[in-house]
Amino acid sequence: MCLGVPMKVVELDPPVGELGGLRCKINLSLLDSVSVGDYVIVHAGYAIERLDEKVARKTLQFMSTLSSPTPDTTGFKP
Amino acid sequence: MRYMTEFRDKELARGMAQRISSLLNGRYYTIMEVCGTHTMNIFRYGLKEILPANLRLLSGPGCPVCVTPTSYIDQAITLAHVPGVIICTFGDMLKVPGSITGDTANSLERLVLGNVKVVYSTADALSMAEANPDKKVVFLGVGFETTAPTIAASVLEADRKGLGNYFVLCAHKTMPQVMRSLVEDVGARRAVPLQGFICPAHVSTIIGSRPYEFLAGEFGIPCVIAGFEPLDILHGIHLLLGQIVRGEARVEIQYSRVARPEGNPRAQAVIKEVFEPCDAEWRGIGVVPMSGLGLRSRYRRFDAALHFSVPAPKTREPKGCLCGDMLRGVKTPPDCPLFGGTCTPSHPVGPCMVSSEGTCAAWFKYQGENK
Ligand code: SF4
Repeated sequence: MCLGVPMKVVELDPPVGELGGLRCKINLSLLDSVSVGDYVIVHAGYAIERLDEKVARKTLQFMSTLSSPTPDTTGFKP
Repeated sequence: MRYMTEFRDKELARGMAQRISSLLNGRYYTIMEVCGTHTMNIFRYGLKEILPANLRLLSGPGCPVCVTPTSYIDQAITLAHVPGVIICTFGDMLKVPGSITGDTANSLERLVLGNVKVVYSTADALSMAEANPDKKVVFLGVGFETTAPTIAASVLEADRKGLGNYFVLCAHKTMPQVMRSLVEDVGARRAVPLQGFICPAHVSTIIGSRPYEFLAGEFGIPCVIAGFEPLDILHGIHLLLGQIVRGEARVEIQYSRVARPEGNPRAQAVIKEVFEPCDAEWRGIGVVPMSGLGLRSRYRRFDAALHFSVPAPKTREPKGCLCGDMLRGVKTPPDCPLFGGTCTPSHPVGPCMVSSEGTCAAWFKYQGENK
């Protein structure tokens, strides 16, 4: 029940989110200052948090080092 | 970046599972993924098949449908029979059998064509109330901290709009309190010690990492807040085992692209404005002190239980069902004699088989598939 999907905010007034070409109305009242183009996690119609792209890339990068035989864990802050 | 496919890469997953295996170094460990969405995805993405057999993953009480007491379902069904009432609910609740027998339906599903409506969001329930001023709309408020702010927001909105026909039948629950009850359950932990927790992704997005700190500080149990995608789960397990192997106990955040130590303050404020902590009954576990959310006196007029004064009948559990032991992390579904025989997803006996996030349903659905 706690599933949330990452959606791109494509309109603000009223707020609309998009995922894989599908658009739906979303409620942004649980976040402050959301802009068009931001990615948010949407749960039961409400955006509950923003996604941080820089951190996401770092996590993915770390995941691939974890997957390779010699992981380089220096400097990674989860 | 779509934030989905990237975190489902099969090759990376295999490599990470191998890394986990070498970290275990042949030793046996038992950890719990508290949240039903983790359980479901562990099965859906076949993670049990690639993870080493000496890592035991237990499902916890984090499936809201599974832990909702029968008495609540009975109350909802009773309300659905009150003339002029429209019940709005998330779809997951429909199939859960209550204990009412006789002429009346014993689950909400049979009433769907009548006055029980499935909604995706509380916003839909509010619109329903506005469109039907001569009816009373009751939203079944079930869920954890992820869902609670969305329900609180709907109450605030109804208050603002002066809607007199919108009500919530409250059964919200909070995770850290039930996790405390799990670690303090001496009998259960003697039978199955827990060495670490994978904490829920979106509950933690709302509440942050601090509410789990007592688990590390007081009980020495390491915790990792992990995302729901398969690579997140593997990464989370790796971080958790890292702590266990090194003898550390901290609350780490793997899902850092979304969840922050302080959580979402705005969502917390909305919850706090509308709800206050109360004791709550967890199906299969019992009453856990201060693990529920009830409406504050300011908002009591939205409380369906008070408005309609429906009695909460005493909970009667189905005979032979071991859901309580599943939720306490003591047993796994194959331990239940009814599993897969009398009890299947099309004929569920207990709640853990009803919800798609229930442990029994996940085991049943995927046990053959991933081999
Ligand atoms: S298999 Fe069915 S009866 Fe057994 S514990 Fe699970 S839900 Fe209950």
